[in-house]
Amino acid sequence: MKANIRKIVTFVEETRSEMGRAVTPPTRRAAAVAVIENPYAGQYVEDLSGLIDIGEELGAMLTERAVAALGIPGAQAQSYGKAAAVGENGELEHAAAILHPKLGAPVRKALGKGAALIPSSKKRGGPGVALDVPLGHKDAAFVRSHFDGMEVRVADAPRANEIVVAVAITDSGRPHPRVGGLQHSEIKGEDGLR
Amino acid sequence: MPSVDIRKRIVTVEDIFHEGGPKAATPYRRAAILSVIKNPFAGRYVEDIVGFSDDLKPLGLDMALALIAALGGDPKAIQGYGKGAIVGAAGEIEHGALWHVPGGYAMREALGGAKAIVPSAKKVAGVGARLDVPITHIDASYVRSHFDAIEIGVVDGPRADEIVLVLAMTTGARVHDRAGGLKASEIKGQDGLR
Repeated sequence: MKANIRKIVTFVEETRSEMGRAVTPPTRRAAAVAVIENPYAGQYVEDLSGLIDIGEELGAMLTERAVAALGIPGAQAQSYGKAAAVGENGELEHAAAILHPKLGAPVRKALGKGAALIPSSKKRGGPGVALDVPLGHKDAAFVRSHFDGMEVRVADAPRANEIVVAVAITDSGRPHPRVGGLQHSEIKGEDGLR
Repeated sequence: MPSVDIRKRIVTVEDIFHEGGPKAATPYRRAAILSVIKNPFAGRYVEDIVGFSDDLKPLGLDMALALIAALGGDPKAIQGYGKGAIVGAAGEIEHGALWHVPGGYAMREALGGAKAIVPSAKKVAGVGARLDVPITHIDASYVRSHFDAIEIGVVDGPRADEIVLVLAMTTGARVHDRAGGLKASEIKGQDGLR
């Protein structure tokens, strides 16, 4: 099953200073968000494989768009996350079908590596609902400077029969990280954790 | 010249393929760029503020060019525009009005001389406030197919002593434009109206 995409929205955020202190170079994060028709809205469907395929399609497309919006080669991405908001006629399991089985592989392919779990969040909501996309380091989930989140929302979505799907990519951690823990420069990046 | 202190910048691009009707051959694109800046007049009444308008001119041009770049880089592809400002709670609406001249003229300059008045919206509001930025045709305000708006906002801004400055551009008519009125193909484009 191919996604029926109504719109795609990309967001780029560049933080240049925080509390009056310059962030050099600026921290940057991007999200690409697709608004798709929920093929299973309004009914209980046992087999969600159509949405699983859509997850794979969107994983590739949204990652490509987010990386392009940052203007970097995929391998330079440092952290990532994914999320979905299901309109009122769908179920949370629809978000799970998109996000969990197949979306990750094309994300990792586009970024060169990605040993770490892709952190995720999901919810059901109405048009304009805010999605907080969790962010974690792509190769080592314990990198504390890269624990973050990015709020995205689309004013007119999800309609009742739609799903909003987001992939977020950064080229950096938080501005002025100073709460210790594992550093980006210290990771091995083999087990996805450290 | 007082420098403009930019905390962060956000670019949002929407690619709209359809809204329940026939799929557009080329998606309608709607985009906005936001700068979160320090309000130099926050917390007190300052009589003489108009000079800050000049200080914002380089930022306006930089934002207009970045927005065109986000829409593919061709100024000729831009058909609609708008602007807006959200002033943090320690400022006044008049501070937002300082954006009219630098924001508007920057877009005209970057687009090579658009004729129509740039529609605008502004308000004083808190962190995370949303603003509906009005959009009209760049050369003829009465073109009905191009009346539109884009909702924007910054999750962590404007803080009380900040201003969010916004420019918006679009690449054509609404995706399923069929409400009649003056068409873009019928305009004279001399008086900015028709």
